[in-house]
Amino acid sequence: MSTESTPKESLFSKKNKKLLSDPLSDSNPITIQVLGICSALAITVQLQQAVIMSLSVLFVLIGGNVIVSLLRNLIPDRIRIIVQLVIVASLVIIVDQVLRAFQPDISEKLSVFVGLIITNCIIMGRLEAFALGNKPGPSFLDAIGNGMGYAWILLVVSIVREIFGSGAISLPGMGQVKFLPESWFISNGGFYENNNLMILPPMALVTVGIIIWIQRSRNKALIEEN
Amino acid sequence: MAINKNSTGYTFGFAIVMVAVVGTALAFTAMSLKDKQAANAADKKMMDILGAIGVDATRANASELFAEYVTERIAIDLNGKELDRRSGALDVKDKEDPFGIDVQKDYRGSVKAAAKANKDDIAGLKSSLSDEELRFPLFRCTTPDQQDVFVVPVVGSGLWGPIWGYVALKSDMQTIYGAKFDHKTETPGLGAEIKEDMFTEKWPGKQLNAGGPVVFEVVKGGAPTSSYQVDGITGGTITSKGVGEMVNRTMSIYASYFKSQTQANAQR
Repeated sequence: MSTESTPKESLFSKKNKKLLSDPLSDSNPITIQVLGICSALAITVQLQQAVIMSLSVLFVLIGGNVIVSLLRNLIPDRIRIIVQLVIVASLVIIVDQVLRAFQPDISEKLSVFVGLIITNCIIMGRLEAFALGNKPGPSFLDAIGNGMGYAWILLVVSIVREIFGSGAISLPGMGQVKFLPESWFISNGGFYENNNLMILPPMALVTVGIIIWIQRSRNKALIEEN
Repeated sequence: MAINKNSTGYTFGFAIVMVAVVGTALAFTAMSLKDKQAANAADKKMMDILGAIGVDATRANASELFAEYVTERIAIDLNGKELDRRSGALDVKDKEDPFGIDVQKDYRGSVKAAAKANKDDIAGLKSSLSDEELRFPLFRCTTPDQQDVFVVPVVGSGLWGPIWGYVALKSDMQTIYGAKFDHKTETPGLGAEIKEDMFTEKWPGKQLNAGGPVVFEVVKGGAPTSSYQVDGITGGTITSKGVGEMVNRTMSIYASYFKSQTQANAQR
């Protein structure tokens, strides 16, 4: 394995720190690589769902990356994709079962999307591109970086959508907190109405698009020619 | 290296060991969480039954409210004969209790195929199910406004997957008191709306045809013209039809029980 770092390198060397920070901005899995979009659009109606989804993806990504990295010298090349799939699938099933037991309401709302973490391109992408050729330490950091890169986009999108779509914020363990006074709403004789469009998937795409726009206007290097 | 990583034998060996390890880990997880999941499912069922009589329960107080409002748990057979009638404390782990009857499992197992083969033919449906020894649960409740109602679980098929719900009938056994539906994978914004109050709030006051065949209908397009019809969901045609079908079919099976009950009440 020529790509491996020397054993003397510390876990938080400059190179390894980059593994953590890059996916948060310049190689963000959602906004730059445009992976994992499906779940990002589907479960960002409420902050609470987005938090649980992010944690689930983070767990699966870390688990998958570390396990694959530990096994990287044992996995037969010819069935490596299947091996990766089996590892990811088992981790996802564990997440699903735990959610069902301890967070039944959220598990119901996330429904199929927990199962679909298996096909989330971010996870397979990181396993194939990074964990297979690197040691567990860097793989662990890479997983955290990419997981957090996925998570912050989800959180931002869900906060925007929930505030404008439902006039509320749902915090884990506190339920939905409505911060606008009821008398403001048109139905109660006020002037304000929630924007139902924000609840629908297209607005998630628009919100992600706006984040991509801001990101590219700040960093010209991200803009492709043509 | 002594082992050739790319040999067929190694590949097979790796796959076999991997499957064994993963299988054990998953089986262990599933077994250790099973009780907790079953308790969650029972709470959810109680919440849905209470929802049909207009009581909003949470997971925390579901069993408490269930004990308060649900007075009797009854099981009947296909021909409307009463098999079991229980009241008092409920043991959610007791599969013999009418509460423990898994109507969704029965539906998947035999009722679904039979219902498909015998469309709109209740006699045919009953005869094709006669060997199954199915039990049908219903729950007698006292509502917050002191009415005596019967809650009937219904199960059917929507567009993408199973749909189910609970329909509460007033003591005349033909006027709907309330309803609560849920689904697994219906289209959000269309078929999935059966879950919302917007759909179920149109149900109270609707009639099932007394005595004769049940002809309840969820209609598409235009307003319902009789009290035997309820407005369907625009864009959710197949789900709406599924709701109509499951209510109609289930109520037809319960009809003979309801008939015997109303006769008994009249003689009293």
